[in-house]
Amino acid sequence: MIRGIVRPVTEKGSNKELDLKARFLQHISNIPDGKNLNKCIQCGTCTGSCPASYVMDVTPREVIALFRAGDIRSILSSRTIWICASCYACTVRCPQNIPVTDIIYMLKRMAIEQEIFPKRFPVYALSRSFVSIANRYGRSFEPGLLILYYLKTNPMNLVKMIPLFLKLVARGRIMVIPKKIKAARALSEILSEAQIMEMIVPAPEEYVY
Amino acid sequence: MEYTYYPGCSLESSARGYDESVRFVFSTLGCDLIELEDWNCCGATYYMSIKETISLVFSARNLALAEKSGRDIVAPCSSCYTILYKTNQVLKNNPIMLAKVNQALKKDELEYHLNANVRHPLEVLINDIGIENIRGKTCNSFAGLKMAYYYGCQIVRPDRGLDDKENPIMMDMLFDALGARSIYFPMKVRCCGGMLMTTRSAVALKLNKEILECAVENGAECIVTTCPLCQINLEAYQDRINKHYGTDLHIPILFFTQALGWALGGSDADLGLKRNLIPFQLADKGIEV
Repeated sequence: MIRGIVRPVTEKGSNKELDLKARFLQHISNIPDGKNLNKCIQCGTCTGSCPASYVMDVTPREVIALFRAGDIRSILSSRTIWICASCYACTVRCPQNIPVTDIIYMLKRMAIEQEIFPKRFPVYALSRSFVSIANRYGRSFEPGLLILYYLKTNPMNLVKMIPLFLKLVARGRIMVIPKKIKAARALSEILSEAQIMEMIVPAPEEYVY
Repeated sequence: MEYTYYPGCSLESSARGYDESVRFVFSTLGCDLIELEDWNCCGATYYMSIKETISLVFSARNLALAEKSGRDIVAPCSSCYTILYKTNQVLKNNPIMLAKVNQALKKDELEYHLNANVRHPLEVLINDIGIENIRGKTCNSFAGLKMAYYYGCQIVRPDRGLDDKENPIMMDMLFDALGARSIYFPMKVRCCGGMLMTTRSAVALKLNKEILECAVENGAECIVTTCPLCQINLEAYQDRINKHYGTDLHIPILFFTQALGWALGGSDADLGLKRNLIPFQLADKGIEV
């Protein structure tokens, strides 16, 4: 058994900046090199390298600036964290070795935890659909995934996808029946235990921020 | 040589041509690919967005199963490769996380001892078999065919120790040795948008247009890639890009093993070439050696 502190998740909807900051710092210690965040020199290389920064409301550089200004709420409410395609261009070019992409993944999880996003939000809807299928079958199932996703967000788009869908079916590139792994039941037991493990947070180290 | 084969979900559906051609290439070169028994989905980027520990557990189950055989894992899908590799790395560097993950895996009597090694077929072919040996087994030459080698993000970033992150050259070296001609292609590692094609298609269409145009403007006759999502993003939306941007793109996108397999004498069926949406008759381009 691990020695750790079982902490309840911060009250849902808690927007207190202090709570958010504490939570943020807690998570950052789990990211390798996460503490390099301190060393950001605001050079903007991350923003310049990002292929999607042109549609972001808060650029990667500004994300770090906002954190240091004590305004995590703005980051969590931005479109930015959901537009990130996780291409890691920012991470490999950062002169201070800040793991920008992994920080953004962490911010996505925080935003979900704090419920600061609309429920029909595309990326969240896609993630949730994927997770529900993967948990059940142990495998992905594209048709099911896309149907669930488009029903949750914009059913009209489902219709627009039909021509491409048919072309792919004709070439045997669509699995029409979902496949289930043999150990599906064992997997769900593993995942239940993992849910409990998710809540165990190691004691935070000294944060010198 | 023997490897544990981790196809991943895409290779059983949208990227079947990749699966077929990887198997063909490896068997022609005398290597055994033994599929990991009852593997589960790696989780892809969707899972990391939701719950960290759970997503690591999900992916680590495969590592725990694979380490039993002692063979290296070969994962063709760039995304599966990077997720499994990343899971391995996180667990190697974070003993608390490893303990949490093993606590969960215990429910099916599994335990991960950090002995798995995750590799990509491109690197395996070049490092374990060697370009000269591969060339020795080819029977078709590309005869100066101009190819754009598109690496995308996942196999070069963040650092996987595989190749240079800004200007990787593994595919360049391999195919140039087989008679192809690489072109100047600065977009070789530029992101294709990945899942943005579903969630924010306008952004992804723009990114793909830029990559395709860059290849075409520099004279590419085809684009060769290592990632199922890149392949489908680049291939299946050229019509939409043409409609939206007034371009006239119609360039075939192949998995690198489809091209390599052809050089090794594979038929269209061996390589799943008929599954590609934009047909490409390699036989017309190359010459028999």
